[in-house]
Amino acid sequence: MTDTVPHTDRATEALVEPSRLSPAQRAVSALVRSREVSILVVLLAVVAAATVKNPNFLFSGNGWRDLLLTPSILMLLAVGQAVVIITRNVDLSVGSVLGLTAYLTGRLFVDHPDLPIVAVVLAGLLAGGVLGLVNGVIVAYGRVPSLVITLGTLYIYRGIVLTWAGSNRINAADMPADFLALGTNQILTIPVLFLVALAVLVAVGYYLYTARGGREFYAIGSDPDAAVLYGLRVKRRVLSAFVLSGALAGLGGVVFAARYGTVSSDAGTGLELSAVAAVVIGGVAIFGGSGTVWGAALGAVLLVTINRALPILGIPDFWQQALVGALILGAIVLDRLLASRRARRLVESRDESPTHTAEPGPAEPTDSALAEAREQA
Amino acid sequence: MSRTYASYAHPWWQRLLVNREVAVLALLVAVVIWAVGNVVYFGTTLTMTYLLLDTAPVLFIALPMTMVIVTGEIDLSVASVVGLSSVIVGVLYRAGVPIGVAALVALVVGLLCGALNGYLVAYVGLPSLAVTIGTLALFRGLAVGLLGTTAVTSFPKEWTDLATAQIGTTGIPLIMVPFVLLAVVLALVLHFSPFGRGIYDIGLSPEAADFSGVNVARTKFVLFLLTGVVSAFAGIYYTFRFGSARGDNATGLELQVIAAVLLGGVSIFGGRGRLLGVIAGVLLIGAISSALRLLGVTVNVINIIIGALLVASVLTTNVLPWASSLTARLRRPGTRPQQAPSGVGSSKR
Repeated sequence: MTDTVPHTDRATEALVEPSRLSPAQRAVSALVRSREVSILVVLLAVVAAATVKNPNFLFSGNGWRDLLLTPSILMLLAVGQAVVIITRNVDLSVGSVLGLTAYLTGRLFVDHPDLPIVAVVLAGLLAGGVLGLVNGVIVAYGRVPSLVITLGTLYIYRGIVLTWAGSNRINAADMPADFLALGTNQILTIPVLFLVALAVLVAVGYYLYTARGGREFYAIGSDPDAAVLYGLRVKRRVLSAFVLSGALAGLGGVVFAARYGTVSSDAGTGLELSAVAAVVIGGVAIFGGSGTVWGAALGAVLLVTINRALPILGIPDFWQQALVGALILGAIVLDRLLASRRARRLVESRDESPTHTAEPGPAEPTDSALAEAREQA
Repeated sequence: MSRTYASYAHPWWQRLLVNREVAVLALLVAVVIWAVGNVVYFGTTLTMTYLLLDTAPVLFIALPMTMVIVTGEIDLSVASVVGLSSVIVGVLYRAGVPIGVAALVALVVGLLCGALNGYLVAYVGLPSLAVTIGTLALFRGLAVGLLGTTAVTSFPKEWTDLATAQIGTTGIPLIMVPFVLLAVVLALVLHFSPFGRGIYDIGLSPEAADFSGVNVARTKFVLFLLTGVVSAFAGIYYTFRFGSARGDNATGLELQVIAAVLLGGVSIFGGRGRLLGVIAGVLLIGAISSALRLLGVTVNVINIIIGALLVASVLTTNVLPWASSLTARLRRPGTRPQQAPSGVGSSKR
């Protein structure tokens, strides 16, 4: 406590003492401690372990391609889901939205073979956006919990696909070769669909980090009531989060059709829980207000990659799901431990801060608390 | 979004008319009457028997789930516990363990599942939505891992017969006896005991409940334990009812249970809802599905109807109070209706 910087100017006083580390040091330590980096380390460890066991996992053309291609769909869903969860909502309908747009994509190719591919991709995106809009309007303006509404639309959207598709199945032969080539094409050995997912991730990540609108998502999730009092357009923001989530699920549906070539009415069933799991593993707090889409996307890649690596590591793939569950639990327990440690640190640094002792006026309780803290030290 | 006591200003018959449980019950009665009149075979005892046999797992799990949701928490892992207990019965039976012992072990495993959820939620303080998404995957993964893609069938006939047995020739399945017992006991606990009052207090405001002497953590822990055991029991029933133990038994059942509970008038924010409404909600979904299936309507349309009912039900619970507070404001200009204190409800989606 003796080496704290003495303060002279009251105007520069802060609640928490400024860090003594240089900005560069702070950036490095924040990076090392960030959730994203720890997931990346785990991800690399999984890939390394699988590669040691079977070099083809990474060093064959197919292995490298699948490594990037397989997580692309879940990445798209996780990015949308992360934005929704950051606003303290949840979108359980994404799996059904994906199924609907995947079938729509195939159907459009079957019924209108002359449609340009771009138009079909846009149609999928738009359809997803409209389904998201329905969720968003009900949640934001109906003032109802998103968990319930999107659980309802999960059933409704799935019911629509089931009715529409029946037992029909769109096969690869029904779709143009150019479109299916999107699922296999590569640019500099990187699959096109992964690049699409990456582009979406970078755009949304940059927006959330820098734009005013992006910061408002966090403000709303931290404290919806305060956000209203502050004059933020909470309803419009929440609505836009759902539209984004729906549109990305729609894009995911198009990607699904291009990647797998066959679409039946059960496409994407259960993906909503994977998306939420990816987001939770990625360090986005389930009650909103914190986390990044980078983490969510890495969580998605980790989930998918673990599923693919387990059989190679000699663990029967029946146990995959159990491991995924343990991973989710581990991630949230870890979050809690880190958060409580951080909170304790903040309280300590507040109690030890010299600005606190200089506080004039009725500071009796704080002084006694300080004395207590001194005694303990 | 908290409960408004203003409703007590109205006479009892007016309250009865806008009462959620009464509305769901009335809808149930209306659907049944319509179906008996218009759907061939719906009125037969056989249909009713199968209706009850099919909805029994949801009926059972909906009871403790109601109590969990009233505290403001949620348990998404119930269907995985059903699957896990089903697999445990199967695996132990295949290994030569007497079936009664196997069922007992499955119940204990259900208790342990509930204990894990309860410990993480009540004592570690983690959000139940995230915890139970994790245990949903974990328990289901254990179930699938233990049995792989195989299935254990060929259970002794007396046990499978027991699951579909009826009380005499009434057509009422025997499984309704433990259900009614459990429902009565839990209704007494929830609505007529200090422990039950505590459950509502926690849902309305955990802090206030804590200050008024409710043991918040222990209450939540007990409720998760209960959910685990009842889900395991439902799993055992499920196994014998269909004569098959599989890792993917009852996948997705959690959403059906939660849909029925919410339809029955339980607020997802906690603090509101009654068991009677929930039972009516489960039976309503069961009756609609059964009637439509008899009419040859496919399961897709039934999904759409259930989803629409769910959305409509929350819209009415949340929009109606809002509309009435709006009219109250219009009637008495200058006074704004008391805003719900922040923190109640807003901490949950």
